[in-house]
Amino acid sequence: MLTKRIIPCLDIRDKKVTKGVKFKNNIVLGDPVELASKYYDEGCDELVFYDITASAEGRPIDIEMVQEVAHAIRIPFSVGGGISNIEDMSRVLLAGAEKVSVNSLAVKNPDIIAEGAKAFGSQCIVLGMDPIAVDKPECPSGYEITVRGFREYTGIDALEWAKKAVDLGIGEIVVNSVDADGTRNGFEIGLTRMIAENVSVPVVASGGGGCSAHLAKVFTDAHADAAIIAGMIHTGEYTIPQIKNELVELGIPIRQKW
Amino acid sequence: MIAIIDYKAGNLTSVKLACETLGLDAEITRDPTKILAADHVIFPGVGAARSAITTLNDLGLIDTIKQVVQNGTPFLGICLGTQIVLEFSEENGGTECIGIIQGTVKLFTPSNPFDKIPQMGWNSVSLQKAHPVLEGIEESSEFYFVHSYYPAPTDPECVLGTTSYANAEFASIIGKDNVIATQFHPEKSGRVGLKLLSNFANWQPSTINHLSAIAQRATED
Repeated sequence: MLTKRIIPCLDIRDKKVTKGVKFKNNIVLGDPVELASKYYDEGCDELVFYDITASAEGRPIDIEMVQEVAHAIRIPFSVGGGISNIEDMSRVLLAGAEKVSVNSLAVKNPDIIAEGAKAFGSQCIVLGMDPIAVDKPECPSGYEITVRGFREYTGIDALEWAKKAVDLGIGEIVVNSVDADGTRNGFEIGLTRMIAENVSVPVVASGGGGCSAHLAKVFTDAHADAAIIAGMIHTGEYTIPQIKNELVELGIPIRQKW
Repeated sequence: MIAIIDYKAGNLTSVKLACETLGLDAEITRDPTKILAADHVIFPGVGAARSAITTLNDLGLIDTIKQVVQNGTPFLGICLGTQIVLEFSEENGGTECIGIIQGTVKLFTPSNPFDKIPQMGWNSVSLQKAHPVLEGIEESSEFYFVHSYYPAPTDPECVLGTTSYANAEFASIIGKDNVIATQFHPEKSGRVGLKLLSNFANWQPSTINHLSAIAQRATED
């Protein structure tokens, strides 16, 4: 049986892993390679890295870091932030990343999805989306896509955007709820389920994970294929084996041996 | 030396890095001479069957691959590399493949909308047969899969491991003589994947061929 993936997210700022709430109040957690190795040893199923300052600083993604991570771990990882064209995607994938994640770039230039899928295969191209709950006629799903670290509203309906991205060839969608992000009060079930029900590709829930029960709920009630966690493990409050054991007890299919 | 066949079908970095982790001497190459001279050959790949076959033809590598297999060199197919050693794939409206192992490649047809295509993630492998490359690998070990199509070899004797997804129980490890091929990615499957790669690097299939030849002679006698 295909298991549900637990994916730690490492936000990178100035070559360090940081954690903030709603992209603010960042605190330094440690070295990316050391943390990646630790989570790999603990049995995480995949990792995701966001170079969160690359776009703002107008520089490409830190390829050296991607290479170092690729040397350290033998499980898939995806990389996002600072991707502005096909060449950047190619560099990240050749450095050893399994997938590359696009967010604001794809909103600005949706064709990048089709170009990336054609060049490297759909399975390599992940759409990151940051939807926020709104009550606007132009967003009938009730969620609007934001970009640039939640700072900018786009007027694009979240569900329409997810469907369009799949038509363009995206291989996976990370649904990061702006409202739930950093709250650790649970994933946004309705939003995640709405996307998962309406697209053919795997959906990764993100934002709000605070305990194992939150993960169990997003897997069973929202049918997420995977979930991203950050604060709950970065703080040391939970370890990955502990989360996995609790999920197994809750009847969730989980990879238990590594 | 292990030759990792380079035919522009996706990213080979992780295969090479996994070999390096194990201290193995591996080279990414499309040079037929090097591939034919290698002690072990890995045939990886992600992407679509049609363009893979077209590129292999353009690079003149189809005959090289057939020759490697005929020479008895240990040969490991991974993901797309596994699919295109079969005879025919349903992908791209039907694609003739290399045909080293009899069988076809089929598209998943899920009836449950939450069985997503591609299958992406860790799934377990039910071991069907003992094999030197699978030594020390526990029953139901989980490996990392990313694929929309799955191998369906004709001869059940070729099926070394099976996996269930989207109403299908498919052959996730196939093997015949000096060829072994996995639908999953051992290079991205953590320690259990490294174990499989390390077993492959130590595999001397001529021994088995030799033993089975002796066994066969004994039966004939």
